[in-house]
Amino acid sequence: MIAEVGHFSLTLALALALVLAILPMAGSFLPAGATARAFTDTARPLAVVLFGLVLLAFVSLGMLFLGNDFTVSLVATHSNLSLPVAYRLAATWGSHEGSMLLWVLMLNVWTAAVAAFSASLPAVLRVRILSVLGAITTGFLLFLLFTSNPFERLIPPPADGRDLNPLLQDPGMVFHPPLLYMGYVGLSVAFAFAVAGLIGGRFDAAWARWARPWTTVAWAFLTLGIALGSFWAYYELGWGGWWFWDPVENASFMPWLVATALIHSLAVTEKRGAFRSWTVLLAILGFSLSLLGTFLVRSGVLTSVHAFATDPTRGVFILIFLALVIGGSLLLYAWRAPALGSGTGFALISRESMLLANNVVLVVAMAAVLLGTLYPLALDTLGMGKISVGPPYFEAVFYPLMAPAMFLMVVGPLARWKEAPLPDIARRLRWALAVAIAAALLQPLTTDAGFRPLAASGLAFGLWIVAGVVVALLDVLRDSNGRLRPSRARLHPASVWGMQLAHLGVAVFVIGVTLVKSSETERELKLAPGQSVEVSGWRIDFKDLRTVTGPNYDAMRGRFELRRATDAADAPARAMMQPEKRVYRAQRMPMTEAAINRSLWRDIYISMGEPLSGSDWAIRVHVKPFINWIWLGCVMMALGGLVAVADRRYRRRLATEDSSQAAPARDPSPLPSTPVAGDFAAR
Amino acid sequence: MKTLRLLIPVAIFALIGWFLMKGLDRDPRLVPSPLIGKAAPAFALPVLAADSQWSPSEMKGKVWLLNVWASWCAACQVEHPLLNDLARDKVVPIVGFAWKDKRDDSIAWLKRHGNPYAVVISDFDGRAAIDWGVYGAPETFLIDRDGIIRYKQVGPFTPEIIRDELLPMLRRLAAP
Repeated sequence: MIAEVGHFSLTLALALALVLAILPMAGSFLPAGATARAFTDTARPLAVVLFGLVLLAFVSLGMLFLGNDFTVSLVATHSNLSLPVAYRLAATWGSHEGSMLLWVLMLNVWTAAVAAFSASLPAVLRVRILSVLGAITTGFLLFLLFTSNPFERLIPPPADGRDLNPLLQDPGMVFHPPLLYMGYVGLSVAFAFAVAGLIGGRFDAAWARWARPWTTVAWAFLTLGIALGSFWAYYELGWGGWWFWDPVENASFMPWLVATALIHSLAVTEKRGAFRSWTVLLAILGFSLSLLGTFLVRSGVLTSVHAFATDPTRGVFILIFLALVIGGSLLLYAWRAPALGSGTGFALISRESMLLANNVVLVVAMAAVLLGTLYPLALDTLGMGKISVGPPYFEAVFYPLMAPAMFLMVVGPLARWKEAPLPDIARRLRWALAVAIAAALLQPLTTDAGFRPLAASGLAFGLWIVAGVVVALLDVLRDSNGRLRPSRARLHPASVWGMQLAHLGVAVFVIGVTLVKSSETERELKLAPGQSVEVSGWRIDFKDLRTVTGPNYDAMRGRFELRRATDAADAPARAMMQPEKRVYRAQRMPMTEAAINRSLWRDIYISMGEPLSGSDWAIRVHVKPFINWIWLGCVMMALGGLVAVADRRYRRRLATEDSSQAAPARDPSPLPSTPVAGDFAAR
Repeated sequence: MKTLRLLIPVAIFALIGWFLMKGLDRDPRLVPSPLIGKAAPAFALPVLAADSQWSPSEMKGKVWLLNVWASWCAACQVEHPLLNDLARDKVVPIVGFAWKDKRDDSIAWLKRHGNPYAVVISDFDGRAAIDWGVYGAPETFLIDRDGIIRYKQVGPFTPEIIRDELLPMLRRLAAP
């Protein structure tokens, strides 16, 4: 019964989504009047009801999983009587069908949010945005209902289910997909803004200001989602890595790169009216890459550890959908973009030029990742042999591309719009430069391996960004006489603080990556209970080994006491670490559960390998300095985004700007010559 | 001219779309190797961490597996416990084919995850792998007593594939 409710509400949702895609859009082209209004007024209620129906379907699926209703094929294949309740809930989106339903739900969360929080938008723009989102929902619901129905019955039902993939039985996996999808799908709003804007031919500063907070929130969720995925891979896969350049990781990283470019380019469009055509293209590109990612993951075109569902019909369907959405929007772009006009000019050295350079770097980086991901497929298709592209390619290409981006990240926010005098910038950044050079020279202190150019440059860039943020903040807090006045902080909008926090996050991330890469220790050991070992200043005593029975697995659990090498032998242990080797009963799948002793400065990571001869076990011990900075940096970036969105400017009603085209960006008056407030705030 | 420039994104997308469409017919997991039913390509490759050469002719008269792996390959790690099981139960001799890797990385990886291989050979520049049509790692070939490739698994083994495909195939080949 519940399954039928879910199925029915999805079907009904499809009908409503179709109406939402057509009626309000049609109404927006009719001459103003009662008929047009009757059409366009349907948009908001439709969006809300649509959300309700999809939510109902999702809740139905969740209830089927909670109740372990094995007459539903999806539940029978992804749950088990002994699966703990929390993971039964997570199993709702742990499968292809369920995760697509989650995708549609997220899409409708965003649609409903646009319907609810868009009172300040011009009516025509709003209904067109909702219509575009309705059209996307239609496509995904068709996909769901015709190729991946989550509510399909399985008669007669099996006595017990096949269980959820043990890799996914983890708290990180409970939250990772919803966060990531929130970001992925959130880019659909920027896309809808772009398409609605292209249809109406209107792209002024006001348009950019409306689009900015939506894009930033989506970007922040995407950042968190990717970071959580990487965090999960780190502790759950049991081999201590945090990024593998796997096609599926790339699929989420490419939209992130474009979204990052987009939030920067939107800033220029809002403040200076420039880059309009480019901004629109990025908005289209961001969502296109989300869709492409879905295609890559869901069609089985590329092999990946993540691609747990492969079905050619699904691939064909998504490809057709991709062609319609991306091809259609890019054609619309080619047709309408000439009408967008160009913004004001700017000098070779100005904030515009630096943001442009940053955009180019990010998009080139995206193209490099895309190339690496699709290259094996392309060569294969052309009959030029089969190859595979591994991490060495991505690392070799990616780092040199990011170096200029990290350099500009500091210069950009300090440079003035339109034209920035180079000597002035150099003077303001001389201390930051000194800090960066010092960091590079001091790099050998962080490792036993001596001077390593790559590590040194990584540290230099990290501290360059930190110093740059400090310089910028001091500039803000100084009054015209050069005295520090903390009260001046209030003069600056939340968006500036958000930007600085996010940039600081990048620095933290870069420092973390650099130190992990250059000074981690990894030891493969043969240990038996009772033996002990010293790794990078830590002593680890293997106390004992016992059998543990979990709800749906059996495990061998080792107990390891952790002490500093300098501690007395009988000193109390600083920590007890208990890694496990599990075998999940339903799927007979062995899993390594690493034990991690975390701190801000280093992680100690113990995982159990295979039993060797006698009572010996293969034990792996890593000491990973600063690894948590990687995720801390990501969290700071995302928080920065959320702080920026809290800016009052975005919540102001913009009714006056609706009718007039007199946007601030068109203002030809020169910028104030004081380099502080207006200049600094403008990001 | 300006209009042409604006069409560039569509053109790029069309190209990618064409590749994706072609790619759909080439599911990398399902594509049968043209080598199946043919003699295993010959090679002589250095044995990992040893001073000798090895070639498939040494397995003449035996049914064996050639498992292509690399230390940078995440999926290899997923299937590795299954290979360890096969080796422990002495189901079939497995020859490890360390592909596009570095010597120390390969050795460390085996130490860490266990070594199910009867012998490990290294093809670090990937030359020999081309003859075998290796597309990625992991890939596993089943070779019969006469040195004919009988079966190819692209991507990691799963317990189901071993149970439903590999083991029955092995039983058939073992029958006189």
